[in-house]
Amino acid sequence: MEAAGEPGNLAGVRHIILVLSGKGGVGKSTISTELALALRHAGKKVQGKAVHQCDSGWVPVFVDQEQSISLMSVGFLLEKPDEAVVWRGPKKNALIKQFVSDVAWGQLDYLVVDTPPGTSDEHMAVVDTLRPYSPLGALVVTTPQAVSVGDVRRELTFCKKVGLRVIGVVENMSGFVCPHCAECTNVFSRGGGEELARHAGVPFLGSVPLDPELTRSLEEGRDFIQGFPESPAFPALSCIAQKILNEAPVGLS
Amino acid sequence: MEEVPHDCPGVGSAQAGRGASCQGCPNQGLCASGAGAAPDPAIEEIKEKMKTVKHKILVLSGKGGVGKSTFSAHLAHGLAEDENTQVALLDIDICGPSIPKIMGLEGEQVHQSGSGWSPVFLEDNLGVMSVGFLLSSPDDAVIWRGPKKNGMIKQFLRDVDWGEVDYLIVDTPPGTSDEHLSAVQYLAAAHIDGAVIITTPQEVSLQDVRKEISFCHKVKLPIIGVVENMSGFICPKCQKETQIFPPTTGGAEVMCHDLKIPLLGKVPLDPRIGIRFRLKAGYRISLEASRGRCPACPVYRESRRSPPCTRLLSVRVATKDSLFWLKPRIHQPL
Repeated sequence: MEAAGEPGNLAGVRHIILVLSGKGGVGKSTISTELALALRHAGKKVQGKAVHQCDSGWVPVFVDQEQSISLMSVGFLLEKPDEAVVWRGPKKNALIKQFVSDVAWGQLDYLVVDTPPGTSDEHMAVVDTLRPYSPLGALVVTTPQAVSVGDVRRELTFCKKVGLRVIGVVENMSGFVCPHCAECTNVFSRGGGEELARHAGVPFLGSVPLDPELTRSLEEGRDFIQGFPESPAFPALSCIAQKILNEAPVGLS
Repeated sequence: MEEVPHDCPGVGSAQAGRGASCQGCPNQGLCASGAGAAPDPAIEEIKEKMKTVKHKILVLSGKGGVGKSTFSAHLAHGLAEDENTQVALLDIDICGPSIPKIMGLEGEQVHQSGSGWSPVFLEDNLGVMSVGFLLSSPDDAVIWRGPKKNGMIKQFLRDVDWGEVDYLIVDTPPGTSDEHLSAVQYLAAAHIDGAVIITTPQEVSLQDVRKEISFCHKVKLPIIGVVENMSGFICPKCQKETQIFPPTTGGAEVMCHDLKIPLLGKVPLDPRIGIRFRLKAGYRISLEASRGRCPACPVYRESRRSPPCTRLLSVRVATKDSLFWLKPRIHQPL
C-alpha cells in the first residue's frame, strides 16, 4: 500500500519538484512543462508526471527520441479525451499512489510533479507518498492579482504544515507587451507575487510575462524553449530553471 | 465523519465497512450495516430549505482560473441591480474561496441566529456565503479531504438562512470531484435550473470544459450554456486587438456548435473587470441584467474606438421560466 513497500521505483530519481498553487489557471502545468523543457536543454533527464506495462510496471510515455523527457498522466489512461473523471478523494489518492509505486521510473535527474489547484486529497496524497524520497521542494505559482495571491497564501501555509520546503514563488502572467505598440499592460494587476514571497519569507524566483506564442506552442505541443528564444517569456523561464539547477537538496522535515 | 482513513473506499461503496482499510475506523460498524448506502436525510432537509429559492444556477468549469468566480460575482450583482430581486451567492470552493475578496467582503463574519447561519449581505437584496468568512486569517489553509468538504457544503445548503430568494448562484471550484458531486446530489431533490459553464478560448481550457460537459450529462444537470471569457485583449494605448489566449481550435464557438450547446456570450480581457466592486477610484465594469428582449444591437456592435467593455456581447441567460440579458455598464469614478 505505501510507497515504501516498493523501494526500487523512485530510487533512481535524484530530485523531485512539486509544482503547486492554491489558485487554478495560474500556469502550473505551463510552468511544469517549460521547466521540464528547460532542464532537458540543460542536459538533464526529466519526467513530468502529468502507458505501457512492462515487468517493472507502467512505462512512462517518452516525448523525444533521446528519451530525455517522459510523461505520466491519467490523461493517458482515458479511453476518450472528453471522458470526465468523476472521482471522489479516495479513488484519486489510490491512483496517485499507483503513479509512485507502479511506474518504472528508471534513472532520472528530475521528477516534476504537476498538481491541481487546492490543498486537498491530491496534495496530501502526493506529499505523503513522496515523503520517503525527500522531494527537493515546492515551486509555488501565482499570478499578480490579489484574488490569486489570496489563495496562494493558503498553499504556502499548507507547505509549512506538511513540512514541504518552498523552493520559491513564480509570478506568472506578469504583464503583457502589446505586439503592435510595445505598450506593457498589467492585465492581471502587478507585484502580488513578489510581495507574497516577501510576506511568506520565501525566495522570489521571477516573473513570467504573458506571451501568446507560449500559449500557442503549448496548444500545439511544440518545444517553446527551443522555438522561441526571442520571446519575452524565455529569459524569465530560463532564469527560473537555472535557479532550480543551483538548488541543493534539503528534503522534507 | 471528521477523520477518515486514507484509503477509505467511500461510505456509499460496496466495500464500505468491509475493506482492509476500514479496520479501526470509528465508523466501521455504521458503514458495514449499510447505513452509508441509505439516502442522506439532509437531501430532504435541503429540499425543504430550497422551497424559498426560485432559481438555482451552478457556475462550473473543468478548468481553473477561467473566471468562474468573477462571472458569478458579476451575475449576482447584475441580477441584484433590480432591488426587487433577491439574490444569493454561494461559494463552494472550500480550498480557494475567492468570492469574499471579489465582492469586497474580506474580513466579514458569519453570524448565527435562531433560524440558522446568516449570509453576509452586501446589499439588502444580495447575500453571500463562503468558507472564507469562517477563516480567521487570510493565511489559513483549508486542508480537508473530500468528506469534510462535503459536510461543509451540506451545511451551507441546509443551515444557512437564505430566506426568500429569486436567484441562488453557486460558484464552484474547477474539476469534477467531491464538491461538484455533493452540490448536485444535495440539490437533487430541489431542482437545479442548470449550469453556466465558463471557458477561455484556448484548447487546453476547452479540453477540460468538455469533461465538465460530460459530467453534466452524467449527473443529468441541464446546461444553460457556455460563456467564453478572456476572449481577446484590446490594447488601451493603440486599440489593436491581440488574442492572448488564442482559440487554436476555434474557441468556445466551435465547441458549442459541435456539442449543440448554446454559447451565451464572449467577455474580453479587460483589467478593469477584475476590480473589486467596492473600489471607489477608477472605472468598474459590471454586467447589468435586464429582463425580456435583448437591448438594441447597434450599441453592442464591435467598435475599435470604444473601450473594450462595449465589445461584450449581451450574455443571454435562459432558464426554464426566466430569461435575462447581461449587458455591460461602465460605472463612473466617484
